[in-house]
Amino acid sequence: MKDFNLEKRKYILAGAMVSIVLLYVLRLFSLQILSDDYKKNAESNAFLNQIQYPSRGVIYDRNGNLLVYNQPSYDIMVIMREVHDLDTLDFCNSLGIDKEFFISRMKIIKNRNMNPGYSQYTQQLFMDQLSVEESSVFQEKLHNYSGFYLQKRSIRQYATHHAAHVLGDVAEVSKGDMEEDDYYKSGDYIGKLGVERSYEKELRGEKGVQVLLRDAHGLIKGHYMDGQYDKMPVPGKNLTLTLDMELQALGERLMEGKIGSIVAIEPETGEILCMVSAPNYDPSLMVGRKRGKNHLLLSKDEWKPLLNRSIMGQYPPGSTFKTSQALTFLQEGVITPETAYPCYHGFVFRGLRVGCHGHASPLSLVPAIATSCNGYFCWGLYNMLGARQKYGNVQTAMTTWKDYMVSMGFGYKLGVDLPGEKRGMIPNAQFYDKAYKNDWSGLTVISISIGQGEVTLTPLQIANLGATIANRGTFITPHVVKSIEGQELDSLYTTPRRTLVDRQYYDVVVRGMRSAVQGGTCKAANVSWAEICGKTGTAQNRGHDHSVFMGFAPMNNPKIAIAVYVENGGFGATYGVPIGTLMMEQYLNGKLSAASEAQANSFQQRRISYGSGSR
Amino acid sequence: MVVDRDSSLLKSIDWFTILLYILLLAGGWISVCGASYDFGAIDLLSFDSRSGKQLLWIACSCGLGFVLLMLEERLYETLTNVVYVAMMVLLIVTIVIAPDTKGSHSWLILGPVSLQPAEFAKFATALCVARYMNSYGFNIQRWKNFATAVGLVVLPMFLIIAQRETGSALVYTSFFLMFYREGMPGSILFSGISAVLYFVIGLRYQNDFFLHDSTPIGRFCVLLMILVFSVGMIKNYCNNSKLFWQLLGFGLGATVLAVMFAQWSIPFDITFIQLGIVVIVIGSLCYWGLRERMQHYFFIALFAFVSLGFHYSTDYVMSNVMEPHQRTRINVLLGIEEDLAGAGYNVNQSKIAIGSGGIWGKGFLNGTQTKLKYVPEQDTDFIFCTVGEEEGFVGASTVLFLFLTLILRLLVLAERQPTKFGRVYGYSVLSIFFFHVFINVGMVLGLTPVIGIPLPFFSYGGSSLWGFTILLFIFLRIDAERGKLK
Repeated sequence: MKDFNLEKRKYILAGAMVSIVLLYVLRLFSLQILSDDYKKNAESNAFLNQIQYPSRGVIYDRNGNLLVYNQPSYDIMVIMREVHDLDTLDFCNSLGIDKEFFISRMKIIKNRNMNPGYSQYTQQLFMDQLSVEESSVFQEKLHNYSGFYLQKRSIRQYATHHAAHVLGDVAEVSKGDMEEDDYYKSGDYIGKLGVERSYEKELRGEKGVQVLLRDAHGLIKGHYMDGQYDKMPVPGKNLTLTLDMELQALGERLMEGKIGSIVAIEPETGEILCMVSAPNYDPSLMVGRKRGKNHLLLSKDEWKPLLNRSIMGQYPPGSTFKTSQALTFLQEGVITPETAYPCYHGFVFRGLRVGCHGHASPLSLVPAIATSCNGYFCWGLYNMLGARQKYGNVQTAMTTWKDYMVSMGFGYKLGVDLPGEKRGMIPNAQFYDKAYKNDWSGLTVISISIGQGEVTLTPLQIANLGATIANRGTFITPHVVKSIEGQELDSLYTTPRRTLVDRQYYDVVVRGMRSAVQGGTCKAANVSWAEICGKTGTAQNRGHDHSVFMGFAPMNNPKIAIAVYVENGGFGATYGVPIGTLMMEQYLNGKLSAASEAQANSFQQRRISYGSGSR
Repeated sequence: MVVDRDSSLLKSIDWFTILLYILLLAGGWISVCGASYDFGAIDLLSFDSRSGKQLLWIACSCGLGFVLLMLEERLYETLTNVVYVAMMVLLIVTIVIAPDTKGSHSWLILGPVSLQPAEFAKFATALCVARYMNSYGFNIQRWKNFATAVGLVVLPMFLIIAQRETGSALVYTSFFLMFYREGMPGSILFSGISAVLYFVIGLRYQNDFFLHDSTPIGRFCVLLMILVFSVGMIKNYCNNSKLFWQLLGFGLGATVLAVMFAQWSIPFDITFIQLGIVVIVIGSLCYWGLRERMQHYFFIALFAFVSLGFHYSTDYVMSNVMEPHQRTRINVLLGIEEDLAGAGYNVNQSKIAIGSGGIWGKGFLNGTQTKLKYVPEQDTDFIFCTVGEEEGFVGASTVLFLFLTLILRLLVLAERQPTKFGRVYGYSVLSIFFFHVFINVGMVLGLTPVIGIPLPFFSYGGSSLWGFTILLFIFLRIDAERGKLK
């Protein structure tokens, strides 16, 4: 007897079984093929990527003196599971910490919200960046503290107290750094300022990795695939800076108690010989565990010592700017070297008056530069911007003028290999159209011809102007790194750039600057050991005038171009010229004469009283 | 004669099943190697290692299979009762004398060998039930006969529960698939499945609310299921489509109105309305039962009533009947608790291990998750992880299809049995295999509760391997005799 109703049930059962197996296959498909999460999860589960930190490149000055190197430091690590019978008091004493710190630190480590990677089986960071001295007592007693380990890291050490702004510093990466570049992982170090930042990629090297297999208890079971995926760390490249540390040190000495900047450039190469920004600080303040506290202090200082004024300070260049005007007018044919303009204690025209000091009148270009005649350059700009036949309108004339300025490296970042460079300000026609609602003329903007008004430059741009004149019309983008170990310098720092002005006109301006030293505003620079060319500036501002000097030496075959900017220092001749001269002497002669040494000491002592206002 | 018998035996044995058996054994051994292999220890054949031992168990079971094929088929039928009784006694003895291993008392330790009698009770039970159901005059429709058959199954089940091996005990529920094939009313199976659905859905969503946080989703769904199932039965069993449409329209309409009212007017717990609807359905079923004098209405009313009772007592069952670790397992499986370091750890890690396998897997002995002991019980209950991780989607689905082929092949064999004895036994065997695969793989994939039962031929261990081998080869021996009795 066969019950066909029951016969059917075998199909129901078989159907149910087939569907369940198909359901499982679908589930396998979604787990294994559709979803990537489980794969990633598995890797973080089983692989421990032990990072091998490379040594960071060291930094030398141009003469091969070591400036920045690495020193071993220790991180104290703890494996919670292995901690037992700890004499807390003794432990705290040997580290110089108090019990509260110990308790709170242990609490933070165990808190998975604050320490997401916590496992009682793996090493956790208890304290970081202890110097050898700080950790020496602890190291001796380490065997008493089961579960605690010392892990070697390295921190930056400075063999110099100078050039903090150029050298910069390193610190732990921020969240932003990690988002920008996924090379960085929490706890890594990164250059924060100076060349440490701009040459971060060269200095840091490449991290290595050991892919270790870790079981569910966090115990290491050996290298994955016998180390096939391991990578050795690549050490960072060493840098040689263009800085001459003796010159830098003298500059910093001379600028003590003042606010301002000194930038010296080797004209032929664009190498920055010194870059002083005052006030400054000792770079070794920014090392290790004290960095945080010191950084905060410095950032709160109202003199803003963290600011690198050489490239971030945007100042009116004052009369040093007149050289650039002379070059422009000559090239554009507005004047010839023989053209003379009158100056009756200034530029007086249609009710406008730009004052000037007493000197012969009328006068031609060379004496105008030597005496820094305001009238002469006002007339020059007035005539250029007013040359309707040549330019059609004032806007075109202004645009032409602006192009000259830009070709000399103004108005845009020069491209120095340091972070945070500012571009300064060179106004253009659109700027004035907007500011004066299209109703303006040469007279409206006349003060830009003497480096006042809307024009601002960074001290680096002023120094570069000096280097350009020294080179008679070309410059190489100024830079602070002379060579990178095993790597070519960026072509930007080896390729000359030409301005729009011909060499012959530069010769005229050089004569003017030489004459300023011989019998003009820079008489203090008239020394026996070199033919210095210079130009002072006395930049007006709301407070006391800024003292500026721009110059180079020797006149033929120049070796150094320099800009000195002393805020509220008064006349250019007061601070700028003597400081600039001392710097040139140091660099060209390798030392200061006894008289100069005395003068340097007196400048070191001199203080300018600055108000308490924020700057 | 002997030669004759042997040659006819060789011809009548189902070699296809034996091929599947060998393939599964081979796959199983490879997986045990992968799961127990530790870095450094390369000697897979050493008897000190799990893989070496497993090879020994495999050799033993092949010998065992051969012996079972050589024995007279009649022997199985005659010895059935003796074997069943002996096994039950052994199970009782085990409860008393077995030492405590991880909370269970199911292992008999005889010198160097440990045996788990529960694994061998399966074939004894299957044989005994098959023989009983083969007896003259047995009719599954008869209440007493059916109860006796169920009793034969439930006895070892309780004994194994007493050994604290709930998982192994649950395997015996697979006999109901066989009962179903043999004519047990489908409504019993349907009720069982309904109960599982009420339980799972009711618990999973008991703390999720909708309609402005007024109504628990779990209860809403369960009551809706009770309504639909009950009303659906009216159409199926009572042939009263007018009443079916009336009650369905009324029930769903009232539910929709209540949902709309709670959603846009005054939020309130509409499960009370649903409860009212089900009560009205029960009432009208009783009315029609009295009017038409038809038992079916009362049975459906009873179904709805018991369903309500079951659902409303689930909380009680969970907190008073279940053991804490089972409660946690169920909660984790249902996604109520998310304790990745605790009970959810196993399932999560096994999903990670399988998921990391990709299409082709990481290759033999190259799995990292299973080997680094992230997956618990990696070579026993969670062995399928190793398959998934090392052999990937392709390997894991191949294994699943091998099992499916084996089960379907057994189904074909069972259906061709000339005796009820052979068919019942065959269905018991395939149901047991199916249940093991269903629960074990489902657990590893995170689809069924974590119930610790082995994957046939794959999980490490002699007892389970021999248990499955005995189950299978006795059936093959019975099958080989099919021609003689025609």
